[in-house]
Parts: sequence; structure tokens; C-alpha cells
Amino acid sequence: MNFKWQVNIMEKKYPRIPSGCAISGIMNKKGERFSGTDIMKSIALMHDRSNGLGGGFAAYGIYPEYSDHYALHVFYESLSNRVSAEEFINEHFNVDTSEMIHTRKVKGISNPPLIWRYFVQPKKNKLHSSELTEEEYVVRCIMRINSSYEGCYIFSSGKNMGAFKGVGYPEDIGEFYRLEEYKGYLWTAHGRFPTNTPGWWGGAHPFTLLDWSIVHNGEISSYHANARFLEMFGYKCTLQTDTEVITYIFDFLMRKNGLPVELAVSTIAAPLWKEIERMDEDRKELIKALRTVYSSLLINGPFSIILGTRNGIVALNDRIKLRNMVAATKGDFLYVASEESGIREICPNPENVWVPKAGEPVIGLMEGVKEI
Amino acid sequence: MGSQGGRARNWADGRGEGNMSLNYSTPEFIIERNNDRCIDCRVCVTQCANEAHIYDEEEDKVVSDDMKCINCHRCVVFCPTRALSVRKHPLEYRENASWSGHDINTIYKQAASGGILLAGMGTGKKYPIYWDHLLLNASQVTNPSIDPLREPMELKTFLGRKPETLKIENGRLAEKLPPQLELEVPIMFAAMSFGSISLNAHKSLARAAEEVGSFFNTGEGGLHRELSGYGKNTIVQVASGRFGVHSEYLNAGAAIEIKIGQGAKPGIGGHLPGEKVGPEVSLTRMIPLGSDAISPAPHHDIYSIEDLRQLIFSLKEATNYEKPVSVKIAAVHNVAAIASGIVRAGADIVTIDGFRGGSGATPLRTRDSVGIPIETALAAVDSRLRQEGIRNQASLVVSGSIRNSSDVVKAVALGADAVNIGTAALIALGCHMCQKCYTGKCNWGIATQDPNLTKRLNPDIGARRAANLLRAWGHEIKELIGGMGINALESLRGNRLMLRGIGLNEKELKILGIKAAGE
Amino acid sequence: MKRVYAKEEACVGCRLCEVHCIVAHSKYPDNIIKAFRKGNRPAARVFVEENKPVSFALQCRHCEDAPCTRACITGAMHRDYHSGAVINDEERCVGCWTCIIACPYGAIRRDESGKKVAAKCDLCSAKEGEPACVANCPNDALVFEERQ
Repeated sequence: MNFKWQVNIMEKKYPRIPSGCAISGIMNKKGERFSGTDIMKSIALMHDRSNGLGGGFAAYGIYPEYSDHYALHVFYESLSNRVSAEEFINEHFNVDTSEMIHTRKVKGISNPPLIWRYFVQPKKNKLHSSELTEEEYVVRCIMRINSSYEGCYIFSSGKNMGAFKGVGYPEDIGEFYRLEEYKGYLWTAHGRFPTNTPGWWGGAHPFTLLDWSIVHNGEISSYHANARFLEMFGYKCTLQTDTEVITYIFDFLMRKNGLPVELAVSTIAAPLWKEIERMDEDRKELIKALRTVYSSLLINGPFSIILGTRNGIVALNDRIKLRNMVAATKGDFLYVASEESGIREICPNPENVWVPKAGEPVIGLMEGVKEI
Repeated sequence: MGSQGGRARNWADGRGEGNMSLNYSTPEFIIERNNDRCIDCRVCVTQCANEAHIYDEEEDKVVSDDMKCINCHRCVVFCPTRALSVRKHPLEYRENASWSGHDINTIYKQAASGGILLAGMGTGKKYPIYWDHLLLNASQVTNPSIDPLREPMELKTFLGRKPETLKIENGRLAEKLPPQLELEVPIMFAAMSFGSISLNAHKSLARAAEEVGSFFNTGEGGLHRELSGYGKNTIVQVASGRFGVHSEYLNAGAAIEIKIGQGAKPGIGGHLPGEKVGPEVSLTRMIPLGSDAISPAPHHDIYSIEDLRQLIFSLKEATNYEKPVSVKIAAVHNVAAIASGIVRAGADIVTIDGFRGGSGATPLRTRDSVGIPIETALAAVDSRLRQEGIRNQASLVVSGSIRNSSDVVKAVALGADAVNIGTAALIALGCHMCQKCYTGKCNWGIATQDPNLTKRLNPDIGARRAANLLRAWGHEIKELIGGMGINALESLRGNRLMLRGIGLNEKELKILGIKAAGE
Repeated sequence: MKRVYAKEEACVGCRLCEVHCIVAHSKYPDNIIKAFRKGNRPAARVFVEENKPVSFALQCRHCEDAPCTRACITGAMHRDYHSGAVINDEERCVGCWTCIIACPYGAIRRDESGKKVAAKCDLCSAKEGEPACVANCPNDALVFEERQ
């Protein structure tokens, strides 16, 4: 493994930016696909929770014709950056399709980067000689490009899913990417209120890694403790954002360490010791072990997040509920949003509406799926 | 008691100095007695083990001898009329920027004795204290600060090897964790041997550790039989002298610490002057009464890192792999690489003692010029272990002049799991930092074995005060981390973005891995 | 009743108990310097017995059946009905020292600083709270408590 100490190089490029936000998520548990119109309406209603410096969406089920391919969405600063990055991509992947992502001109969006999309599969011989799993291989390649290639940033890399994000209000970003033309069974959205401006598209949410996407509202105070732990395991926290770190934490706990989602949640928003004391012996031993071994992955400070995967969503608040979040259901639909109004805008009469407790996850699984 | 160990002393112990025809030494302190307030009650006379206060029967008056005063404040604190004060003696040498009074006086001492100069406590030289160049963060607006009076705030800390992954089957832990020490506050009492400090001091620390949920460390002098009841809050130490080490001892505590080095004297072993080896110390250490207990400089079964591995696993075998093993080293130049080797050798805890760390007796020149500051050592070790991906394999405990709760918070933010306090703990017990521990005449009953003096430390009071200190610091740590928007200490561990440097150069900032204030 | 007990393992032999006993029984109980310097200084009613390293403070045990009260020729030495403490009424005391001979602890001393009287611990009965010796012991070597 390459133990390169990354932070000092990247910090100058991407300063750490705390931010407040709006989040929203919709899923249909039967897998019926619907256009991006609803999620854009929901996030647009919470306009005041963003300040025009970042917005984005994650959509699942949008590339059924390429469901076996990793869909790489890439920002390029210039053509020359694209040339050098494509050299690396072609060396490590078989590229099925390579195209510019269709956008439209929108008043609120200025100076977009070049936005490219590739449907790829790892080169078999490269994958074999790397002795890595396929997913780990893809992750390492992405980390390599994002940390070592100038003017180039892969912001989406899952199968049959994609992230769409940029600098602007989320509703403008949605229009820019023509999201009403895509159909997915699970959508998440994010409107950003950073407290200073990077003017950089990669810094917007959602943050994704393979199938995982995170939209997040909050500013975590454990950031550097989390990041420095993850860096031991090969993650490169180049963006210096909370969202990036939260994504990696889920990836580390669930993909790499095989924890079920409930235990990942009990690590991230760990129960208080006085609660642990009241648990039965087996449970107490387990949770105590989680807090002992993964103590550096406790996320401290206020957050509400929606984790999206191909199998569903997990919405979660911090352990003492320092950020607002509301959930609702109607029929096969599950809704989660920063504010109840963001749900009622698109679903005026939900069957159930509730405010999840601190550290208590809302888990929405697709039908027929056991694990997130 | 004389030196009966048969080993020649090579240190200047004061003996013989008085026999010289002319002693060049001059008083260091001046005892000021306010005769308007002195009532000649003789309390000061009863309390000065150095006999600096004398009752003149003929004059019916208490008088003082400045020459004998070591400025321990015992008389000042006990004087019922506040008639006493002690000041630095005004006598000065002709000014010379190259030769301070200290330089000159130490030469007089060595010319008189022909021996190594001894000192007590940590170095008093004006080296930079990096804690005072680190500033902590607090939340404003974007992230709420948390109020420890109204919200839960957790300081619980586990020390020991953490596996990379947990084995879980059917919602239960399928494989037990390696042994861990559970601390309610991230502060333990540093290793201080029975011998260097009194049994009452050990009792005070053991009881305080039990009361607060922390640990006291036996140091290298074995465990007195009266302390066997405090096992679950005891760390037993194995040093190069192997004093008082036997299988019962190894199994008596919750963890074992192999002492390789000490911040106040890197490169050399422990010194316990025979004056402090009374019957109880002799019995506990298993050495002859009155003999000097000089630990070998290295462990003679550890000449390399692979030898250390063998000792670590010998101790684990001896204790059935039920106790974490700590390895304590002094912070020296190559500390990061050494610490990495120690982790790879199988240590569960690495304890690093910085060069400002204390000691009961240490050669002055070693104390004042060997080693590096704990702040830089900690930063270097934590970064190195993370770069190598092995930081979670061992816990990191640091010591060497942790003076207050904000030092603790800064240490944790730099990457420490917990800290050890030695000097601060002794100050809580009443130590007034006169730095004469090696004379065995501690007027506060701490660094002495003289039964007339040891009873001055009432362990009931000592335990209460030491526990109070841990509690007080615990409260302050909660305030500080709450201010940062953190409600569990683990979220501060290694969280160096919570620190900013002030008055540090680029290189220092880089070593500490922090940004400058304003960045 | 509450009595003063000594913990010899904690007594440091500083004699602050004696000093504060003198002050408490002087004309200036709030001014230690005046108590020692102005006029006749009363005798201490607590005495540190010392045979190094052993030391402890001794004072009247306030015996249930106190020999001193039976020995007293004037009835000055008596048990206080309310507190149970053995008290010497110094007005009635004639300084015959019979009580001193009778006391099995040697806890009564002569006080000739003024009118000749037998001086003994009165548990600082004039004051609230702990006796002065207990309150001023720096090492908790004296305790004031009820014991069976």
C-alpha cells in the first residue's frame, strides 16, 4: 500500500469548508422509476437553506442499459487535462462509451467545467495483476486520478447510478443537467450553504464512491480524527469535506469491514455510554467493542445525512440531534428531508410523518433486498 | 544508613562536603522571619527535616539557618502567624553572560565531592514549552458548542491493541477483543516507584485511581503488599533492575509496563539512594537494607527490538494474554522509528516520556540536556504510526510535564490516547517542587522513607486530593471539548485541525502537523 | 458523646494543636499574635506526646466515671449535665492539684498564668463546631466524633 501523506499537498487546492445545507431524498421501494422533477421541486422549496454556492443530486437506476459498467462522471478544467486523464483511464479500463454529459444553458450557472461521462469496466489483466477486488481496484484508480491528476476530478463512479452537481442553487443545477429527462427509482438532493466559497464544482454534494452517495447537512467536529483514521487504510481525503469523509466511513465499515448497516450506524452515531450500560450483556459487549475499535469513526457534531445505495437509503441524525430531519411514507414511497415542507411540496398527504430520534436511522430498503 | 550494596557511588551526595576546611558554597535561599509576627511557637522547628529552624533555649527564641534551607515551603505553610517567607538569596556573582551562578556553584560542588551531580524532578531549563504555543478551537455559529452542564459528555478511553476488524456473528461479538484498560478520564498516574516515593504516596494514588476510574503505576520498585487490593487500577512496571518482579507481581495489576527509558534520564537506569531503602522498600524490592538501587542502563536481556519482542511475549505468556503490555520509552531523537518498532514488536501501549519529565533522582547533566520535548515526539510518533497504518494497533500514552487540563486536551488532539501525570500528581499531594527528592528528606512526606516524614502525608487526604485533581481536570476537559462541539473524547483524538500554532516556525508547524493561527 | 480522638499514624508532631488551644483559651481567641504576646498566656490543654517517629496529641478523655470529679475537693471538676463533658469550673477551683494526681492519663495540667487553676480540655465548650485543636490539625490527625 502506498502510505503517502496527502493532506498537505491538497490543502492548498481545496481548503476545508464548513457548510450548512438542505437535503432531500425520495425512493420507490418497488423500483419504479420516476423523473427528477419531484426531487428538484422538493429541494427548490428549501431554497433559503442554500446560498447558491453548491447543489447536486444522486440518481439510481438511470443507466439500465449500462448496468454492468461503472459510470464515471468527470470534471475537467481543460482539454489538456482530459487528454492526460483519459490516458490513465484507457490504460486501466475498457471504455465502452465516452461522451460529454448533455447540459443546457441556465442563467444561474456560470463557468461550468467540461463534464464527461464514461461507461467502463476494469481491464482484466490489470485487475488480476493488482490482486485487488474489482471494487477496490476501481476505488484505487479513482483516488489516484483525484489526488494526482491536475484539473481533473471523478465525481461519480457507481453502476447504474450517477451524481450531478455543481456551483449554483440546486434547482438551477437540476435544470442545467436536464434531470427531468432522467428516470430513477431513488433520488437524493443537496443544497449547499458554505460559509466561504471555493467556486469549485467538485466541492458540491453529493459525494459518491462507487454506488455510495452521501448528501449531508452539518459541520462535523470530528473531521480530522475521522480523516486521519481513514487515511491509514488508503483513503485520501483530498476534498477536505465532511461529506467525503462520511462516505468513506460508510464504505470502510460496510464494504471493507462487512458491518451491517445497523452496526455502522451504531458506530457513526454511537449510543451514549449510559445507554450502553442498560443494554443486555451480548449487545453491551458488541456495542462496547464497536466504540472501542472504531472510536475514531464516531461522527461528532451536528449532521443529518442521507446515504444512498442501489439497495436503498439510510437517513441519520447525529447522536444528540443537532440538525433537523423529517421522514414520511406514502404507498411505495419513502421521503426524507431537512424540513417537512420539502416533503409536503411533492407529497401533500403522506400516510406517516415522523421526526427520527437522535442517532436512530431511517432505513429504506428496496423490496427483495436484505442489506443496504 | 550507609551504602551497603558494595557498589561505589559516583554521585555527589553532600557527604564529605562539610568536612572540608573551607566550603565555597553559599546559601541559595534566605529565610525571612517577621519578628513582629513570630510567636516562637516552634512549629517551624518541628517541621524542618533539614534543621533550618532552631530553637535557641537560652534566648527563648526561634532562629533560622539560611544555608540549610531548600525552599520547600513546609515552614511557611505551617507557620500559624504567617511570619515566614523564603526568597531567593540576593547574593550575586559579578555578572557574566557566559557563567551563571548555577554554573559556578555546580563546579564548587563537584570540586568538593568528585562526583556526578544529582537532581530531582524535571529539567528547569528554559526550553520551549510547545503546549503554550498551541491554541484550541471553539465552535461559533456553524456548529453548536455543547454544554457539559446540560448535555452528556464522554471521556471514556480504552487503552490496548485494537483489531482491524471485528468478527460479528448473529449479532454477537464472535471474537473477544484483546485486553483493554478502561479509563473514565484520559489521565493516569505516571510510574513512580515505592522507594522513590513513600507508601502513603502510593496508597493515595492507588485509591484515587480506584475512585475516579483510572490507573496508578507501581514504577520499578515492586508492589507493596498493602496495595494488593487495588489490582484492577494498577499497572505494574518491569524495569531493567527487575526489582520486586515475580509472577505474583506480574499478575497483580491490570497491565504490565516494560520501562526502557524515562524522560528525565534517557539512556540510564533508575537511581534509588540507599538512604531511601528502609525495611519496607528492601522487602518489596527484594534488595538489602540501605543498599543503593541502581538499575542497569539497558535491560540486559534487551539489546535489540527482537529481544524486546521476546520480553513482551514472555510477559504475555506469564499472564495468560489477559493483560495489555505497555512499553515506556524516553522521547529521543529517533522516537518515531523506535515507537514503530515497539508496536511491531507486539506492545499494546506505547508510553512516551518527554524530556521535561520528572524523576526522583537523575544526573543533572542528563536531565538538562538529553531527549526531546514530548509535544514534538508525540506528533512525530502519531504521524509515523498512521503513515505505516499501525496506529490502531497500539495506544499512545504521553507524559513529561503535563501541567493542566488544556495540556491534556492538546495532547489528545495531537494524537495521544491518554496522558500520565507524575509531577502534577505529586503537587496535588503537597509537593512544593523543591526538587530535593534524591536526599530522602522530603518535608512533605512524599519522596522519603523516613518514618518521621512519611506520616506527614495522610493517605486519606492524599487520595482525596489526587482524585479531586483528576475530577477537576475531567470537568475542564469537558468544557474545552464541548466548546469545540465535541461530546466524546475519541472525536478529538488526532484531530489536529482543532489546534493552531502560535509563535512557531514553518518547520515546527510541520513537525506538529498543525496550521498556524489565522490559517 | 463526641470526643476528640488522635490518629497517631497521621500526627506530624507540629504542635499546631497546642498553639491553637492556647489561642482558643486566651483573652484573644481571634488574634493569635495578641494571644501569645499580651499578658499571661494560658497553658495548652492538649499536649503532643512524642517518641519519634510516634507522636500524638493527648487531651482529657472525658471519662464516663471520671476519677478527677471524685477527687475534687471543691466540686469544681464536674460533668456537664447537657454535653457530658468533664469541665473544671475555674471560679471554684482552688488549685490543690488533687485532680492532677487522680487523672490516669496525665491530661490535666497546672495553669499558673493567672489564678492558680487546673487546666484541662473543655472541648472548647464555649464555641460552636469542632474544638480548636481538631479544626486546626493540618493532617487530620485529630477527629471529633462519636464512637462506641
